[in-house]
Amino acid sequence: MSQNVDAIVVGGGIHGCSTALHLCLAGMKPVLIEKDYAGRHASGVNAGGVRQLARHVPEIPLSIRSMGIWEKITDLLDDDCSFESYGQVLVAENEEELAVCRARVAELNALGFTHEELIDATELRRLVPAVAETCPGGVVSRRDGAANPAQTTTAFRRKAEQLGATVREGVAAGNIRQSGGLWHVDVGTETFAAPVLVNAAGAWAGNIAAALGEPVPVETVAPMLMITSRVPHFIDPVVILRGRKLSFKQFSNGTVLIGGGHLATPYQDRNETVLDWKSLAISARTVFELFPVMRSATIVRAWAGIEAKMKDDIPVFGPSSRHKGLYHQFGFSLHGFQLGPGAGAVMAELIVNGGTQTRVGDLGIDRFHPSTL
Amino acid sequence: MTVAPKREAYDVVVIGAGPAGLAAAATSAEAGLSTLLLDENIGPGGQVFRAISSTPVTDRNQLGADYWVGADLVQSLRASRAEIIHRATVWSLDRNLEIAVSIGGASAFLKAQRVILATGALERPFPIPGWTLPGVMTAGAAQTMLKSSALVPDGRTVIAGQGPLLWLLAAQILRLGGRIDRILDTTERGNYFAALPHAFAFLTSPYFTKGLSMMREVKAKVQVVSGVTELSASGDGQLANVSYVAGGKRETIPADLLLLHQGVVPNVNLAMAAGIEHRWDDLQLCWSPVLDASGNSSVAGIAIAGDGAGIGGANAAVVRGRIAARAAVEALAPAVATKLAPMATLRADLAKAERGRVFLDTLFRPAPQFRIPTGDTIVCRCEEVTAKDVLDAVAIGATGPNQLKAYRRTGMGPCQGRLCGLTVTELMAQARGKTAQEIGYYRLRAPVKPITLAELAAVPKSEADVKAVVRG
Amino acid sequence: MFRRSEQDKRPQVQIFVDGTAVAARQGDTVSAALLASGCDARRSTAVSGAPRLPYCMMGVCFDCLVTIDGVGNRQGCLVPVAEGMQIEIQKGKREIGK
Repeated sequence: MSQNVDAIVVGGGIHGCSTALHLCLAGMKPVLIEKDYAGRHASGVNAGGVRQLARHVPEIPLSIRSMGIWEKITDLLDDDCSFESYGQVLVAENEEELAVCRARVAELNALGFTHEELIDATELRRLVPAVAETCPGGVVSRRDGAANPAQTTTAFRRKAEQLGATVREGVAAGNIRQSGGLWHVDVGTETFAAPVLVNAAGAWAGNIAAALGEPVPVETVAPMLMITSRVPHFIDPVVILRGRKLSFKQFSNGTVLIGGGHLATPYQDRNETVLDWKSLAISARTVFELFPVMRSATIVRAWAGIEAKMKDDIPVFGPSSRHKGLYHQFGFSLHGFQLGPGAGAVMAELIVNGGTQTRVGDLGIDRFHPSTL
Repeated sequence: MTVAPKREAYDVVVIGAGPAGLAAAATSAEAGLSTLLLDENIGPGGQVFRAISSTPVTDRNQLGADYWVGADLVQSLRASRAEIIHRATVWSLDRNLEIAVSIGGASAFLKAQRVILATGALERPFPIPGWTLPGVMTAGAAQTMLKSSALVPDGRTVIAGQGPLLWLLAAQILRLGGRIDRILDTTERGNYFAALPHAFAFLTSPYFTKGLSMMREVKAKVQVVSGVTELSASGDGQLANVSYVAGGKRETIPADLLLLHQGVVPNVNLAMAAGIEHRWDDLQLCWSPVLDASGNSSVAGIAIAGDGAGIGGANAAVVRGRIAARAAVEALAPAVATKLAPMATLRADLAKAERGRVFLDTLFRPAPQFRIPTGDTIVCRCEEVTAKDVLDAVAIGATGPNQLKAYRRTGMGPCQGRLCGLTVTELMAQARGKTAQEIGYYRLRAPVKPITLAELAAVPKSEADVKAVVRG
Repeated sequence: MFRRSEQDKRPQVQIFVDGTAVAARQGDTVSAALLASGCDARRSTAVSGAPRLPYCMMGVCFDCLVTIDGVGNRQGCLVPVAEGMQIEIQKGKREIGK
């Protein structure tokens, strides 16, 4: 016996949780299905960067939409998500990199985007006093910041549940099928049915899309992060590099998070990753050079979250090209956390209104499969 | 002076030089396998044989015959061809049997065909009010100082808790002329009845007569209060008083030093970080690895011996070390294995060494109020999280230890849950009406001990560089 | 809190605790030497500034964290003393880059 709901959201990452929440706000009753627990994978263990900076142009409108929600996140969730907005700074380590930054900002300005701003060495030093003196400048996105990813994803899940979403954690969505105009999904001993199915299953979403006849070029990756013990406050903005893989952030509790996209080996079936310390050593060397003050800091933990990376690094977002009532929201390719709040809002608009004011057309799955609908 | 490993790959790498590790490394090396023993401490012995090669306590009667057994183990190891490195902190081990070890501020990477984890035990958390105050330590801490530096308690000293180690420590302190003002025995009265059915095995174990005479020795000199049901420490920035309830009567006594002990539990951090499956042990109230009869874990190539395999005591640890090493020899050099003690003999030795364990586990099963704190009592010492904080997080949706991190940072400090993990599991299980097994444990990750950024940055860049450094 | 047994015949080693000379014994760990010295070796935590002394003495609790010869956050219970060693008691979050 199926339980009828308004929508079935598969995946309890920030995207699934945000979409479930926004569907509730729109008056729908969704069920959220998460095989582990909300935020178990990439959404709960990423670097927490809330970044419009250095994004691919097709996802900038979604990112800007999201930023507006981040800035009022407490109103939405009754939880501040430890969001703080001290800007994000992209550091150019030499003149060549600064030239690339200059061209990038000019390109964005020509497209009408003004959130990225070119800065010189003086402004860079003002924003990031600890940075190595050889860096000639960079780009800042001043409204950007960072949040606690596990806290945020959990807060979205909790609020969605408070607003009427049914949450099933610890059981996988199985036997996904469409019949009689409804999507049916088995969850343990239960079966849910709804006219709408949202595929927000992160690293597991590619398999769902493929099983429904929409395979996409996606791989499973596990970007690594490491964190230090608490040290006195010395930096406010999140720092990323133009030329090398590094993201760098000090939290208010004093710990410093070091990331940047070096990859662990994922063992998706076992929910497990094996870290690659030789690559983490590269991150350590980069910090060693860029922030001499950090050399004696101690690293207390390293980890990696499993997520989906598209071949073109752009998410799959929007309606299916084959099935009515199916929506995809995955493949955020290591930069999906900031997009979560906005993507949920836009997805709810797509589902409830059939369209949105936010420009997301370039993100559709129809870039791989011309629509047959 | 520090020495890097001589090779970049070994047949067998043993981690930990306590009873199990000493026995395992000696067995493996005697069989001709290239064997490296890595140990974090200054010298061999682990906790039970701590400072066996260097102790300033020269009167052999003071530390007891059971301690000096360790000297023979060290001698056998040194007679073997095993390579031994002390002050070597293994900070990563993964399922590919790749080991990262920090020695003298520099890290090296090693590969092993077999890893024998002999990382032993640590004392069970004893989260009472005031347990973070300066002046409150574990009994094991006092014993460590006694063995390695001949230091004994000097001020007003209270020992509280239960278990064989507590009585051994008290006896040793007294023999060295140290001071103990009172012993507060927290053994639950009901445990004596529960343990009775297992008493026969214990009566025939070597622990029985020794234990009894030691308790007599201590009770002749120190006031012992049994049936203690509540315990707390207080003071302003330093321990000043110990308060307890026994037989329904509360008493507060001034104290400079409070030594706590309620048994030992496996030190799981490295094993769990390597991905080894553990299960909750309802009798020993801790996580124990899932192992086969030879100590092989769920990760191919990694065996666990000693108390890290489940608490069994020093005698059992030695045999488990030999069993794990013999299994490694059988796998890597089967022809040589026939020259070692037969597995059947070793298993019989183990059964003998483990005799009476169930009795001890049942008798000294710590009471709930000393495992599962309430209110403002600190659970996580590193992040200073209280029992109330944990329960508040459960109330707003934290379902397990890993989710709890997002709310309260429990287990995210430098000790990585070693001093709060069991408490958090049991506290959340109780609050949520679930079993400890269902609640689970922290997902542990490397580095299992912190390393400096500079040390990681100095890790060699390529395979060629690795070789150059390891050989250099 | 602790005193040395008279049978301890190990040679003395001089260390410095926040600049003050302290007599230790060869083979002592830094933490044992501090506890035996009688000087106030309480560090304060990085979280609340609460005072702490070593708790486990076997490398698991991290309450013995101390700065040794300029390197911070060392586990004092695992490091043997050496002649002339400079020990600093850590107060609060450890300064980096000094």
